[in-house]
Amino acid sequence: MAISEPVVVPQSGAADRLARTWAQPRGFWGWFQNVHHTAIGVRFMVTSFIFFLLGGVLAAMMRWQLVRPEHNAIGPDLYNQLFTVHGSTMIFLFAVPMMFQGFGVYVVPHMCGTRNIAFPRLNAFSYYIYVVGALLLWVGLFLKTGADAGWFAYVPLSGPEFTPGKRSDFWAQMITFTEVSALGVAICITTTILRYRAPGMTLNRMPILLWEKLVTSIMVIFAMPSVMVVSSMLLMDRTINTQFFNPSVGGDVLLYQHLFWFFGHPEVYIIFLPATAIVSTVVAVFARRHIFGYVPIVTSVVATGFLGFSVWVHHMFATGLPQMSASFFTAASLMIVIPTAVQFYCWMATIWHGRLQLKLPMLWIFGFFFVFLIGGLSGVMLASVPLDWQVHDTFFVVAHFHYVLIGGALFPMFGGMYFWIPKITGRMMNDRLGKIHFWLFFVGFNLTFFTMHFLGLHGMPRRVYTYTPEMRWGALNLLATIGVVFMTAGILVFIANFFQSKATGRFAGPNPWGAGSLEWATPSPPPHYNFLELPTVNGREALWEAEPNQPIVGGVREDIPEVLVTNTLDSEPEYRDELPGPSIWPFLTAIAVSIAFIWSIFSPWGIAYGAIPVVITLIGWLWPRGHSPSPRVPEPALEARWIR
Amino acid sequence: MRNRVSIAMTILLLLSITSCKREERQLRPDPNASQTLNTVQVSGLNPGANSISSPPPAGQYEESAYAVSQGKTLYNQYNCVGCHANGGGGIGPPLMDNNWIYGSEPGNVFATIMQGRPNGMPSFRNRIPEYQAWEIAAYVRSMSGLLPKDVAPSRSDQLYVKPAEQSMPYQAPAGVTGEPEEKK
Amino acid sequence: MIGFSRVPLLAAGVFASYPGDHSILHPAGPQASNIEWLYWVIFWIVFVVYVVVVLGFMRAGARTYTSADEMLPIMKDEAGDRRASWAVGSAITITVLTLFAVLVMSEITGKKVEGETSKNPVTIQVIGHQWWWEVIYPDPQADQTVTTANEIHVPVGKRVVILTNSADVIHSFWAPSINGKRDLLPGYSSAFWLQIDQPGVYHGQCAEFCGLQHAHMGFSIVAEREDAFSQWKAQQLKPAQDPTELVTVHGRDVFLSHACVMCHTIRGTDAGSRLGPDLTHIASRQMIAAETLPNTPGALAGWIVDPQRIKPGNRMSPNPLQPDDLQALITYLQTLK
Repeated sequence: MAISEPVVVPQSGAADRLARTWAQPRGFWGWFQNVHHTAIGVRFMVTSFIFFLLGGVLAAMMRWQLVRPEHNAIGPDLYNQLFTVHGSTMIFLFAVPMMFQGFGVYVVPHMCGTRNIAFPRLNAFSYYIYVVGALLLWVGLFLKTGADAGWFAYVPLSGPEFTPGKRSDFWAQMITFTEVSALGVAICITTTILRYRAPGMTLNRMPILLWEKLVTSIMVIFAMPSVMVVSSMLLMDRTINTQFFNPSVGGDVLLYQHLFWFFGHPEVYIIFLPATAIVSTVVAVFARRHIFGYVPIVTSVVATGFLGFSVWVHHMFATGLPQMSASFFTAASLMIVIPTAVQFYCWMATIWHGRLQLKLPMLWIFGFFFVFLIGGLSGVMLASVPLDWQVHDTFFVVAHFHYVLIGGALFPMFGGMYFWIPKITGRMMNDRLGKIHFWLFFVGFNLTFFTMHFLGLHGMPRRVYTYTPEMRWGALNLLATIGVVFMTAGILVFIANFFQSKATGRFAGPNPWGAGSLEWATPSPPPHYNFLELPTVNGREALWEAEPNQPIVGGVREDIPEVLVTNTLDSEPEYRDELPGPSIWPFLTAIAVSIAFIWSIFSPWGIAYGAIPVVITLIGWLWPRGHSPSPRVPEPALEARWIR
Repeated sequence: MRNRVSIAMTILLLLSITSCKREERQLRPDPNASQTLNTVQVSGLNPGANSISSPPPAGQYEESAYAVSQGKTLYNQYNCVGCHANGGGGIGPPLMDNNWIYGSEPGNVFATIMQGRPNGMPSFRNRIPEYQAWEIAAYVRSMSGLLPKDVAPSRSDQLYVKPAEQSMPYQAPAGVTGEPEEKK
Repeated sequence: MIGFSRVPLLAAGVFASYPGDHSILHPAGPQASNIEWLYWVIFWIVFVVYVVVVLGFMRAGARTYTSADEMLPIMKDEAGDRRASWAVGSAITITVLTLFAVLVMSEITGKKVEGETSKNPVTIQVIGHQWWWEVIYPDPQADQTVTTANEIHVPVGKRVVILTNSADVIHSFWAPSINGKRDLLPGYSSAFWLQIDQPGVYHGQCAEFCGLQHAHMGFSIVAEREDAFSQWKAQQLKPAQDPTELVTVHGRDVFLSHACVMCHTIRGTDAGSRLGPDLTHIASRQMIAAETLPNTPGALAGWIVDPQRIKPGNRMSPNPLQPDDLQALITYLQTLK
């Protein structure tokens, strides 16, 4: 069927009015007052990408140290900080902020057909809090206070006796910052998806990406508190002499592991589910058809969300668990393969019974298929307890999680970037450079991480800063280090491509890929008001099933920042809500909260005294705004209604 | 936008040049510092004697949380707890109060460990390397709250016998006569 | 795809050049053998799955319309979708059954591995320290208890139980050719069974990050015939011989008058500290410094004088001894067989 172009009924001056209403302030201080989701989303994505590059530099340094036996380039203290900050950066400062926060904040309101995200100031606050947390970890690294107990910082090693100084405290507070940030964004996204969808977008017609963001947000809400609790307990053990993890007085070191991994496993699904949503979206577009198996895929996404919370003990199989426990978690870990397998088969069916146009984003999706599958299957091996007893904490596990995280998140991320960057910047990216990027990265990645499977099988444990020549791991380590060169080259090509395209790329237009979801109904880049006319939806792919006279929403005011709030299940219009405009309070509150948290690293009084500025800024933030005065028109004309 | 990024980069670079003294870890001590003293020492061995001026090494140990934490570990491992308990004393005098018979400066405490003292304090010369003695001296001073709170060690993973040194109140050294000396 | 085709080449090269005394794929006892069996079974299952799925994607993407620059019109294929429903349904069913099979095999292997217990095992207590292994062969009679470090001797063919504990942080006891790993957790003690069927020396390494020298925390398990094992144990029970020659007497005096005595035990002398490894029979071990250096005079001298150069951050202080003292000390230590 032909894609309907959005029918724009030109109203005189509507675009200007909306632009004025939704304009965000400019200038240095204006930057800190911006509450529009596109700006905040772009900031998340850019900042997290910068941290991705920094984390990659650390990884390159690690691989350089391991290139040959007894290499003395980097000593043990620095190496411990390198792998800890690398892991923490990639997980906390890149994967979640990019895949879930940045991308979600940018695309969800567009896909819902609304003008801004719910709770825009909370959204902005989340960004500033994330930046402070990220800087905390990295400034620590530069000041020799880098966290050095591993990205999961097991006690007692990260505890008060075995990590002197403030290293683990910086790590623990970085967790607090980033998890508060993730929770804030989760709340915004959940509310947007449940209440701000365009009329006609019932739950049954919601794009898979919105389903995924909803499930991921709820996972965040349930998982993040666990890690905040455990990092706070660690912090308290270290600063105010609590005894949570002190075995000699009744504390328990395994408690830390349970609480951490109860968060830690859902965390990797929080990273992976956004990637599957990108895949579902991109596959449908480039197979030129509706995704096969919408209901099975949505069910799989929801099932993964639930099952993700039931497998955490598989990170602890080597601790001497009771057999019943090991069996249960093996079964659960194998069971969670099933939803992902369902999605794989549905994607395959979509491509098989579609008309595949293998453009650049789709190339990355194929990369995802080939790479993630290896990771997923090595995960099946790890789920089996006896095998895990052998390969746990070896380079086999390092290979596995890099295959699932890079294959499962990074490949779809790059595919999504080539797919959505034309929307964000308005210009297409260079195709040839994109293909060079893909092949360099694919080759380098496999060279580095496939060899690590063998290293693990031959006995090389994780987190070792060197190894003796007798182990004979040198050749494989050399191969793994060579792969880094290719990956780096690929990423540099990508960065060059991005900047070049931004300046001189072909103009993209509103819908260069002929896609079906609502974000492609806006100009590229979208204006601050997102949609000139708020759309309605007839089917699962809004633009593919739009009729020539597709109704639009009328009655939402254009002189104040107002959105339409709809019913959760059926997306019937309920009422209109005025959103707050630009505000400095999120930034000020973030500063106050940061002062309190960072002060508490050095003194418990930081929480007490630091609460005062927080209260003051919260008062400023929450001061009642009142409602904008109604214009002098009769009431019925102001009701939101469908124009037929 | 570019200005912001370059400002941030400059700050990060500057920070990389400085570093936090608290987090300095000297894993491989200066070979001289691991000498065990071989010469006979003569000192003015009376209570309240002139303090031995703290030579520079003391500073680097007292400012490094790692060194003080090592001192705490060594205090337990070398059985200082046998006579001094965890600071409360027993056979030996308490170390967490503000009475310092032989002076409270790092050099004093170091000399006490190395030379021994009347009424039962052994001499650890030739047994404990110098750098470790400095670390133990730094730890002993932390027991009276004489070290900054962020450098003093936290609780250990053992039975909870006393508050951690980072919670100790500052006790101005009083000397054996019980009168506070001038805070130096 | 490129990454995929590297596998056979690498596999051939790798498996050809690494003989096994520390590899999961070269087991030397029943536990590791069972796990190796499970590995290969699951490996072939996932290999077949991978090949099938990859072929599926390649077939699915075989016909591509790359030449078209414009995006093609949206299409529907309802007949194809009906066929696909059956295919996907079958695939899901096969997946579930395969996973169930993997689960059953894991359970069976797990039971076999954990079931290798005995009423009369050789009992060994392993206590993890930063960054060495304290090894104790407990006995109801205190004077029959062997205490050593880093090198574990076991009789071939007999069941051995390791009772784990840790003196500080979490470590992990792992000898890949023998069995999986078991974490040494402070505050917990667990029983970890192993059995070695072929005599030899098997390397192990700490497998849970434990601080600065986690990389250099190795151990070895020496599996020998029953009589050799008893001989070894009897020898370990003896206190150190009194030195008789001038140089070894001098060496012992150096040991007792320097920092060594603060941390190490040599039974038969006054040195009785339990902080560091027991040195009563140090000359009987093949390697020193937790399997980091060979037990040769040169390495021993280097280790004693500057351990921080070799394992920066470990708990042994440098000992800049006079050359004669060092020489005498080494000679004395080499008599402690």
